[in-house]
Amino acid sequence: MTAQSLYLLIALAPLASAVLVGLFATGFMGSWIGRRGAHGLTILGVAVSFVGSLIVLQQVLAGQTFDGMIYTWSMIGPFKFEIGFLIDSLSALMMVVVTGVSLMVHIYTIGYMADDPGYNRFFSYISLFTFSMLMLVMSNNMLQLFFGWEAVGLVSYLLIGFYYSKPSAVFANLKAFMVNRVGDFGFVLGIGLLYAYAGSLNYAEVFSQADKLGGIVFPGTDWQMLTVACLCLFVGAMGKSAQAPLHVWLPDSMEGPTPISALIHAATMVTAGIFMVARFSPVYELSETALSVIMVIGAFGALFLGILGVVQNDIKRVVAYSTLSQLGYMVVALGASAYSVAIFHLMTHAFFKALLFLGSGSVIMGMMHDQDMRHMGGLWKRMPITWITMLIGTLALVGTPFFSGFYSKESIIAAAEAANIPGAGFAYALTLTGVFVTSLYSFRLVFLVFHGKERYAEHDDHGHDHDHAHGHGEGHWVSHGDGPSVHSLHGAKPKESPWVVTLPLSILAVMSVGAGVWFVDPLLFNGYFGKSITVLAQHPAMAALAEEWHGWVGFGLHGLTSVPFLLLLAGFVVAWYCWLINPAVPAAIARTFAPVYRLLDNKYYFDWFNEQVLARFARNLGRGLWQGGDRGIIDGLIVNGSARLVGATAATTRLLQSGYIYHYAFAMIIGIMVFLTFFVLMVH
Amino acid sequence: MMQIGLSHYLIVGAILFAIGVFGFFLNRRNLIVLLMSIELILLSANMNFVAFSIWSGNPAGQVFVFFVLTVAAAEAAIGLAILVLLFRNLSTLNVDKLDQLKG
Amino acid sequence: MSFDSILFYLLAIVLVVAAFRVITATSPVTGVLHLILTFFTASMLWMLIQAEFLALALMIVYVGAVMVLFLFVVMMLDMRMEGLKSGLKVYLPLGLTIGGVMVLEMAFVVLRSWGDASALPAPADDFDNTLALGTAMYTHFAYAVQIGGLILLVGMIAAIALTMRKRSDYKRTNPGKQVRVTASDRIRIVQMPSVVDTPAEQSEGAEK
Repeated sequence: MTAQSLYLLIALAPLASAVLVGLFATGFMGSWIGRRGAHGLTILGVAVSFVGSLIVLQQVLAGQTFDGMIYTWSMIGPFKFEIGFLIDSLSALMMVVVTGVSLMVHIYTIGYMADDPGYNRFFSYISLFTFSMLMLVMSNNMLQLFFGWEAVGLVSYLLIGFYYSKPSAVFANLKAFMVNRVGDFGFVLGIGLLYAYAGSLNYAEVFSQADKLGGIVFPGTDWQMLTVACLCLFVGAMGKSAQAPLHVWLPDSMEGPTPISALIHAATMVTAGIFMVARFSPVYELSETALSVIMVIGAFGALFLGILGVVQNDIKRVVAYSTLSQLGYMVVALGASAYSVAIFHLMTHAFFKALLFLGSGSVIMGMMHDQDMRHMGGLWKRMPITWITMLIGTLALVGTPFFSGFYSKESIIAAAEAANIPGAGFAYALTLTGVFVTSLYSFRLVFLVFHGKERYAEHDDHGHDHDHAHGHGEGHWVSHGDGPSVHSLHGAKPKESPWVVTLPLSILAVMSVGAGVWFVDPLLFNGYFGKSITVLAQHPAMAALAEEWHGWVGFGLHGLTSVPFLLLLAGFVVAWYCWLINPAVPAAIARTFAPVYRLLDNKYYFDWFNEQVLARFARNLGRGLWQGGDRGIIDGLIVNGSARLVGATAATTRLLQSGYIYHYAFAMIIGIMVFLTFFVLMVH
Repeated sequence: MMQIGLSHYLIVGAILFAIGVFGFFLNRRNLIVLLMSIELILLSANMNFVAFSIWSGNPAGQVFVFFVLTVAAAEAAIGLAILVLLFRNLSTLNVDKLDQLKG
Repeated sequence: MSFDSILFYLLAIVLVVAAFRVITATSPVTGVLHLILTFFTASMLWMLIQAEFLALALMIVYVGAVMVLFLFVVMMLDMRMEGLKSGLKVYLPLGLTIGGVMVLEMAFVVLRSWGDASALPAPADDFDNTLALGTAMYTHFAYAVQIGGLILLVGMIAAIALTMRKRSDYKRTNPGKQVRVTASDRIRIVQMPSVVDTPAEQSEGAEK
């Protein structure tokens, strides 16, 4: 088959299965396909895409790339809107990651959502998501990128609100969509600027003019056009990849089922922003201001959002804040012009974060959908496979030498150290501190969930009234869009999950260990990315890294003696002490530093600000315009007022029509008199 | 007294006109008086026509009076028919009561 | 001071007074009678300036027909003249004032233009006013004569159409309804059993 048909097959196979399942398995146009058919079809579609992506990767490694138009969607004068594919090393890597993690999640869902009435709908959605993300990474022009961008946002909305009768889920999905919209506003501005000045939406055509574009300055100011465009594009990335302050949607997106937290909000959708900046590296390299801004924002997120993970009690929230922190790391790498490191961390993070999420899902399944970590403990005996895989994922996350996360995170910290743009020092300090925080919350999670006392037993005994106290909301969960109907163990013991759940966990655990060792050298230092990423000589981070690189073994051994490893150990020790040996310590610290604790508990008041200030302002503005402007001025004054004016004038003029004939005659006589007088005067 | 001239007749016509006009809207009580006032106005116009016709020797003025007479007769007839109908329906000829066309 | 002038002024004063009495009459019959007087006097005024045809036409047509018509209507309808004095007393001064102003203005205009007009030109001995009028009417104004006739016809039709009431003491046919009649409107067939004639009944029927 030709290259073009292969690419089309990769992109359209998940779409076809999504449409078929969506139409014929969900009751929308009948329920012709049952559950087995639904998951079979969608898994087939994603598997086809995955195999195709592997073939494409092989082709790209052999040097065969593709950049061409498939279909012209519309032409308006000189403006062409096309659908095309750009298959190079960057997109091939992304395709493999996306389809691979999607396949794992599809298989996992068979077990996780087994007793959910919306089973078929879920599979349709995640296949649709796979299609959208593939269109995003395979695109060769900004319009298709934007299409994929919006489509993944849409599917994210649909999936976060999967339990559509739950008010918190609906709130969360609206919040995600709206915050994404704010980001998209900047994104469209960025695209528009580039389009206006480069005259084309196609990547190749825009990037070939990069030098010329770099010289354009906005008249009247000394703002470089590329800086503004890159910052606008980054606003879009902030929305999609959850950088502060547009990160507020991601913790709430945990309302969706765990498989999508793994797929969308850890591995793929949130990385779309990272991918976009890497793709646009030719233009980002020309704007140091944009790179500095990116670095600072990423560093802020890396540390401060990670700190929030320490005070969360929901297992999924901890992993969510961990995602936010790791996204910050990736953005720091982008800012340091180490694009390949960012993509590498994207890949390793996809593996271990998906593993952590899916593992949390397995724990939640075992705990009968109770997500509170304070009710868990001692699960390592009962769910051994989950425990092992989650431990591997945690070790990868914190950056233990020789695990995948170590290579990518260390590279990021080294790149931040080596970068020479303003803000690099700040970023280095924050990312370094972030290692301690990451270690702290990760091991806290492991210790609370898997080790220590088995708290679920005692929770159950005196937890019944507690359950019924907040059981009011659950009583409503009886229709189709509900969450799981049982909310605590009720005396049963947690048990290991079925093989459809543990198989993906195992595969991802293997990848979390091996991806670093296997891929760090070729990806970072052997020019895998080649022409798809541009790094200018004045940003020396990658060059500095390459100088220090002596192979993965050496890097790993060197890591054992570096500062980050010490911080990692410190985090481990503190977590072990606080949550295993002496559980009263965290509560005491919380009491002592009560204001700090309150600040963290309220998530730095971002949500408060959004809801009380921005949303309230918008609502009041709307209300004011509605009642004052629309009802008062337009309806009352202009529409009704003009009618009343006409009525008033008519009422006054009407008095002339008395109905009496002699009044009318009198008017005529007056007229005659006037004429007469006129003639008298004229005669004179 | 001076010789009777054209202006005498014209002034007589003017006086008749004024009387007719003011009879038209001074009366409040009777529609018949309205119609009679109209006849007076027509008479004043006829007076003018005849005077001018005789003094200028052109018979056209008198011919026109003839036609005015015709039309006045027709109009009086129809006006009285309407008046009779009104009286049948309202049992009064008080002009003040005829204000259904009030705006 | 010729006889003509005296006659003129006499007639003029009578005219004005009568006209005034028309509009201030207490009963409608009085008003109509005064109107008749007004027309009579006007006719005489016209006779004075030798427009005899019109003078007589005024008498015959107007007084004889139109005023009689007025009188008929006034006497036929039983009119009440209520509220007579009050309305008049209030508005009379105002009316007189404005009326006086109007007359003065018109007089002013008239005198300015024709104040010094000559006396009545004396006509020729065999000048026939009627002949002159007739000649003019049936040659130059023939079209207008026809239209005048038409106006009278229309007026007659209008007056009849407005006021005619149907008499209720005789029946009339409505041909439109007659044509639309069907058999079922006129005959109703009732089922009748067939009767067997007995000899006794037959003879009874024959006797009768």
